Amino acid sequence: MNIVIIKYNAGNIESVSNALSRLGIEAEITGDHEKIKAADKVIFPGVGEASTTMAYLKKEGLDQLIPSLTQPVLGICLGLQLMCSHSEEGDTPCLGIFEEKVKRFVPQPGMEFTTKVPHMGWNTITKLNSDLFDESLDNQFVYFVHSYYATVGEHTAAEGNYINPFSAALHKGNFYATQFHPEKSGPIGAKILENFLKI
Amino acid sequence: MLAKRIIPCLDIKDGQTVKGVNFVNIQSVGDPVELGALYAEQGADELVFLDITATHEGRKTFVELVKRIARELNIPFTVGGGISEIKDAEALLSAGADKVSINSSAVRNPQLINDLALNFGTQFVVVAIDAKNYDGHWTVTVNGGRIPTDKELFSWAREAEDRGAGEILFTSMDHDGTKGGFANEELAKMADMLKIPIIASGGAGNMDHFVDVFTQGKADAGLAASIFHYKEIAIPDLKDYLRTKDIAVR
Repeated sequence: MNIVIIKYNAGNIESVSNALSRLGIEAEITGDHEKIKAADKVIFPGVGEASTTMAYLKKEGLDQLIPSLTQPVLGICLGLQLMCSHSEEGDTPCLGIFEEKVKRFVPQPGMEFTTKVPHMGWNTITKLNSDLFDESLDNQFVYFVHSYYATVGEHTAAEGNYINPFSAALHKGNFYATQFHPEKSGPIGAKILENFLKI
Repeated sequence: MLAKRIIPCLDIKDGQTVKGVNFVNIQSVGDPVELGALYAEQGADELVFLDITATHEGRKTFVELVKRIARELNIPFTVGGGISEIKDAEALLSAGADKVSINSSAVRNPQLINDLALNFGTQFVVVAIDAKNYDGHWTVTVNGGRIPTDKELFSWAREAEDRGAGEILFTSMDHDGTKGGFANEELAKMADMLKIPIIASGGAGNMDHFVDVFTQGKADAGLAASIFHYKEIAIPDLKDYLRTKDIAVR
């Protein structure tokens, strides 16, 4: 299976490739349009800031390429946020694959010291609704690190709850995305990556 | 519900895991990758690897070790020790570390916190603070607790947050190695001041100490070394115990 991880100016792309290696898959990390188009599956990971990353994607023409892909695509963390319509981070228009919007977590007044931002650590996912998941994954813990979240909407494929309910995963047609890091989520995360590889 | 995190800490010297009691009498307790993978399998939520090697050769060994850790481990990990400029952090992050922890270098050069946060994001930056109570004044120390600085614990923690720290790792040098429990009073005070997560370190001796640090100490994560390395507490047992006390754990 030919798996491509999209290379761009985001952090920690290697950790996704390491996670795939542990599953016996050697992925190619590349920004080359032809290679991305030819891949069986594409992973769009990322840790970073929305506006600078979108500017980079535009410069590389990836903002046109990614929404036009027809094979299964998995966005992770910032990848998920950039696949939405708009992010509050830097007031950034995003790729618009999902209509959901990306907002910043705002603790309830008086709760700033108990519900800290970023939402960092292990939290559960529920209301699973995608072939990324199976029943065994309901209410399991996965690893999150984020200050912005996608709202719950038509394409929500898993819900998380921190300060308010949010989209822990999104799914529309061939596009999948997780707000959490499956590559850092132990055996549960490995299962989710395996499920994606089986699609 | 966001889970409270249990974080084993591995001190590394020349590629091997070590842990001293009060940072002296260092004893070797194994291969870091093997031990880290074992902890991950047992349910550790994160790992911290601190390089206590001072030599240039040792630093290179550590970067290679971080690459191996990143390939083997499927949970997040933080690395620290000897990071005094951006390029040190960059080498560790590109080797696959999820976060870097800075301690003495941040005390000497607080701007380093801003620079790291700006370059890599706040979530990459853990500011570790070792402090000691001198006649009622909590004073930040460096060099493994040996040298007091002119910084006061709580104002330094707040400054670190303002400069872009994503988390604070607070070690009470008065509690470290004693196995008498964490510095819960100081931890709770810090938790009520800061909007970023706090990792408590120093003093874990039994499972009730973790209950206390998550309730009285209001910590987001509890870090310990020797009690895990010497198998005095097994992580699965600790998690089960915390669940019986209604503390959310994975």
